[in-house]
Amino acid sequence: MILVDKNTRVLVQGITGREGSFHTKAMLDYGTKILAGVTPGKGGQSVHGVPVYNSVEEALTEHPEINTSIVFVPALYAPDAIYEAIDAGIRLIVVITEHIPLHDELRVISYARLKGVWIVGPNCPGVISPGESKVGIMPGHIFEKGVIGIVSRSGTLTYEIAHLITKAGLGQSTCIGIGGDPIVGMDFIEVLELFEKDKETKAVVVIGEIGGTMEEELAYWIKKRGYSKPVVAYIAGKTAPPGKRMGHAGAIITMGMGTASSKIKAFEEAGVAVAKTPREVIDLLLKKI
Amino acid sequence: MKLYEYQAREIFKKYGIPVPPGDIAENPKRVREIAEQIGKPVVIKAQVLVAGRGKAGGIIVAETPEDAEKISEKLIDSSIKGCLVKKVLVVEKINILKELYLSITVDRSKRAYCFIASRRGGVNIEEIARTSPEDLTKVYIDPLVGLQEYQIRKILNFLKLGELSKELKGIIKAMYSIFLDYDCELVETNPLAISAENKVLALDTRMIIDDNSAYRHKDIEAPEEEFSEYERIAREKGFSYVDLDGNIGIIGNGAGLTMATMDLVYFYGGKPANFLDIGGGARAEKVKEAVKLLLANPRVKAILINILGGITRCDEVARGIVEALKESGKDKPIFVRMMGTNEEEGKEILEKVGIKAYESMEEAAKAAVEVVK
Repeated sequence: MILVDKNTRVLVQGITGREGSFHTKAMLDYGTKILAGVTPGKGGQSVHGVPVYNSVEEALTEHPEINTSIVFVPALYAPDAIYEAIDAGIRLIVVITEHIPLHDELRVISYARLKGVWIVGPNCPGVISPGESKVGIMPGHIFEKGVIGIVSRSGTLTYEIAHLITKAGLGQSTCIGIGGDPIVGMDFIEVLELFEKDKETKAVVVIGEIGGTMEEELAYWIKKRGYSKPVVAYIAGKTAPPGKRMGHAGAIITMGMGTASSKIKAFEEAGVAVAKTPREVIDLLLKKI
Repeated sequence: MKLYEYQAREIFKKYGIPVPPGDIAENPKRVREIAEQIGKPVVIKAQVLVAGRGKAGGIIVAETPEDAEKISEKLIDSSIKGCLVKKVLVVEKINILKELYLSITVDRSKRAYCFIASRRGGVNIEEIARTSPEDLTKVYIDPLVGLQEYQIRKILNFLKLGELSKELKGIIKAMYSIFLDYDCELVETNPLAISAENKVLALDTRMIIDDNSAYRHKDIEAPEEEFSEYERIAREKGFSYVDLDGNIGIIGNGAGLTMATMDLVYFYGGKPANFLDIGGGARAEKVKEAVKLLLANPRVKAILINILGGITRCDEVARGIVEALKESGKDKPIFVRMMGTNEEEGKEILEKVGIKAYESMEEAAKAAVEVVK
């Protein structure tokens, strides 16, 4: 497994909000070790038994074991929360928040990368290593400990495919939603580098969609250096028209770039099997491992 | 949010970028007045957001104010590539010596701003990239550092404008400021022209403002025609919605799953009529509105609903579907696939009104395609 495991100690930023509080409960129920929450001005309260602090610094002083943060803070204030977590020294920050302004997002992600901090998201379902830790909003019961690494730009489509993988008896090592925004922190290549080194992961499923060129770049990267584990891809949005934003801020074909056919072609040229339907992902996986 | 040319032009002017003299008009009489004021041949430009309006007859030269009035009588209220022309921009016709291209955008994979400059302009940038990539250069700007002088010099050296470099430098800096001040995805001038009088002018101006930043720019009037009637209604109700040209209505929760559902319909030989994402955690009321929207659309012959329950509850979805059918009094074949939270309760509610809930999205999509054949 990668990024999160039994040793993950979580801080929830925006813990007193509706989403933050709801998913804190769901993560605790799953077994995730949440040590603290932060909402400026609400220090001293507690949410589902988790103590709330006014700042990340305070939370870390009381709970130095914290190594991961999950951000539910609304879009307007989310960049500030992320800067605070970066400057406090947290090394992995999962950003669930959707609708962060593009330029704010670009700056905060650039800053995180400069500081060597992993950002997962924004606008993502988070990360789960089944049976170990869930730092996200995905329905935990769909997942089961196993051998498939999943990386995806989507939410529910990831659950769909994860569920099929579970039913096929393969299970997941780690499942990461990298987010549906035009600018995201960790990208496909960075996640696949981690999966390659991970001994539990036997094969990787990449779930892409229209918009941007991240899938193409992954394909060129695989083609150039090779990849030691089987990779199966699925691309959503084959029937999406150009110039229209399909739900996710990042799912848009602009200036002729980012079509599904371009991504599928790049993967096929790199020897990556591309599934035509979500169900076919399983058939291809079973063939390869 | 895409801006009309004339809106972007006003912002360019405010930042000191030279544009041809002219003004916006909503009727032929006003077009004539503007042409008279200019006192030279003019170009009448339909204000629509679709690309390729020139080839579609949306940009017309008029030699005299009388011609300008006549031309605009035909152009105003006409349709360019399906978009109604409500306004035209009337500008002086510039004698062009040379056309260039200049834009600034966000490069997603480099996570940086990117200036794109081309020695060829007036054609679309994709075509330049395809046919003569040597005429194009890109300069990446780190968002934490900002635009540096050497980067400006790089663009100037590439475009080789000689004594006009000073003016061009001003335009580069102004476009960069617009890009940041207005939270843009794109600021573009194509062509950026050198006139016979040896002036640099932005002949066409384009801006796209990031939707997530639109709240900071409430002073800018959002163009209406970016969206169709159904797209507008759906947006008001809080859905992600896009019109497509088929006849199977699609509802899903989550953008990726909804797109995958559309693709599956196509895979089985059908054509999706739309993309409608109800988002996460939708209650019955919201689902009802989504289903009613598709029931009301005459192009939709069947509806395919694909729900993967997590924070979205299947029983809420089922209730929404049943209420939509009851309230609208319309009946179209509905195919539902639901899985996850409260799946059994949801299926029970649907079965009572004779709607079958499918186990897999493949089965449901196949059934929907079959019924419209």
